[in-house]
Amino acid sequence: MAIRINGNEVAIPDDPRVSLADLLREQLHLTGTKIGCNQGACGACTVLIDGERVLSCLTLAVQADGRAVTTIEGLSSEGSPHPLQSAFIEHDGFQCGYCTPGQICAAAAMLRGVADGMPSYVTADLGERAILSPEEVRERMSGNLCRCGAHNGIVEAILQVAKEDVA
Amino acid sequence: MTPFSYRRPASSMDASALAALKGHKLLGGGTNLVDLMRKGVEHPTTLVDVTALSSEIIEMEGGGLLIGAAARNSAVAAHPLVRAHYPMLSRAILAGASAQIRNMATVAGNLLQRTRCAYFNDPAASRCNKRQPGSGCDALEGFNRYHAILGGSPGCIATHPSDMCVALMALDAQIHLAGSAGTRIVPLADFYRLPGDSPHLETTMEIGELITAVEIPASAMGQRSAYRKVRDRASYAFALVSVAAGVSMQDGTIEDIRLAFGGIAPRPWRALQAEAALRGGPATPEAMAAAMDAELAVARPAAGNAFKVELLKRTTAAVLLELTGDRS
Ligand SMILES: Cc1cc2nc3c(=O)[nH]c(=O)nc-3n(C[C@H](O)[C@H](O)[C@H](O)COP(=O)(O)OP(=O)(O)OC[C@H]3O[C@@H](n4cnc5c(N)ncnc54)[C@H](O)[C@@H]3O)c2cc1C
Ligand code: FES
Ligand code: FES
Repeated sequence: MAIRINGNEVAIPDDPRVSLADLLREQLHLTGTKIGCNQGACGACTVLIDGERVLSCLTLAVQADGRAVTTIEGLSSEGSPHPLQSAFIEHDGFQCGYCTPGQICAAAAMLRGVADGMPSYVTADLGERAILSPEEVRERMSGNLCRCGAHNGIVEAILQVAKEDVA
Repeated sequence: MTPFSYRRPASSMDASALAALKGHKLLGGGTNLVDLMRKGVEHPTTLVDVTALSSEIIEMEGGGLLIGAAARNSAVAAHPLVRAHYPMLSRAILAGASAQIRNMATVAGNLLQRTRCAYFNDPAASRCNKRQPGSGCDALEGFNRYHAILGGSPGCIATHPSDMCVALMALDAQIHLAGSAGTRIVPLADFYRLPGDSPHLETTMEIGELITAVEIPASAMGQRSAYRKVRDRASYAFALVSVAAGVSMQDGTIEDIRLAFGGIAPRPWRALQAEAALRGGPATPEAMAAAMDAELAVARPAAGNAFKVELLKRTTAAVLLELTGDRS
């Protein structure tokens, strides 16, 4: 029984009560992943499992058995920031930074979802591929709260990366 | 959290045998159950992970869909056949929770998620007949903005919080169950109980039964359908009221209609009286108002949610006018 975390095999803890968030932070010291509410309401603990965004606070580590987890630490490559990280800096996409790792993990998966044709509640025509507007970004990122109110910068940063991806 | 052990059976037979054992609880995505265990509302001794069971979405002969119990909410919402034939279902799922939670949540878990009533979720300091039968209900005289206006009882006015299930109710979904006595299919309309004097009994499932799939029949009403949710913030909040509606029109009259409401009752509420009043008649605001008056004649709002009666009438009219309006 093991999870692949940022490319490394990690044994599943013996006690099934250990959440994925606690495994990451307390045992592996991957403290980029934050715990805000510990009850699914804020998104600070967002990580990727097999490329999809999930909440690590509501995931038991044992549920991730055999799967690949990517945290904010695994998103940047060879010491250079992920394009979303650079864009968040450029557009003031944070103040205290507590929600930021979750925002960036969520945004990375969100952009992939849009490219794969994932609709959202505000997509006008479910039969068409959604075009990423500010309204679409806000809806698709609504699972990540920011207590500092940096949302305008967050939306701008994400839209910029989306534009560069297409270019 | 009290200690528990974890099992992951490979077949629904094994899962059902385990589910029949004392203290055993099935685990889907865990987005509700893990939270309730942490809050001390649920204390299973063993979690039986059923996410290895079918998550396929299959088109049935003669139309209709069979959705495996372990299908993720996001996979159902994104499925091309769901988007094309049952847009209200896609839209309802997408209106619920967040993308992260929809990626984790399973269809069966969504059906069986527990109420978000603050008193149910607060074992340390609140009374709740659903959590602890006979202890009383603090919602009756407490904060009941999110509570039921239809179908409640003097012992419980908690709502079923799902969005997905409101669309499933309008679509006449059938629930496939497996247990030690074999398999059976229950219409969703007969799946949930109303609280009466036993609010802790929420469904008609037997001990040891589990959900294996949800079947959605082919429906002419699925195509021209919509879901609208009204909430306290624009996204990532539970419904104050929600409306799932599907219609078929002929020569300007409503040939047939499906209507269900969320956020207002202990179970997703199928509006049979309003449907009957509207079927065969004109799609006018007056007809809609009269139909809603009939449906809501028995509404019993609490002090904090009387506004829901009017809100639901207006939301329903808005959705129906949009669906029945000119489009050739
Ligand atoms: C912050 C937050 C906001 C949310 N907002 C919304 C919202 O706006 N709208 C909405 O609709 N929902 C909302 N939800 C709820 C969410 O949709 C549910 O938590 C989710 O659908 C439950 O699915 P799951 O697979 O995670 O279930 P679990 O938590 O794993 O299980 C839930 C229940 O189902 C039972 N179960 C699971 N699988 C089976 C099976 N095969 N057979 C029998 N029993 C089974 C379990 O034993 C348990 O009792 C929200 C949740 C959170 C945390
Ligand atoms: S810490 Fe997981 S959602 Fe808030
Ligand atoms: S930057 Fe402080 S919470 Fe978002």
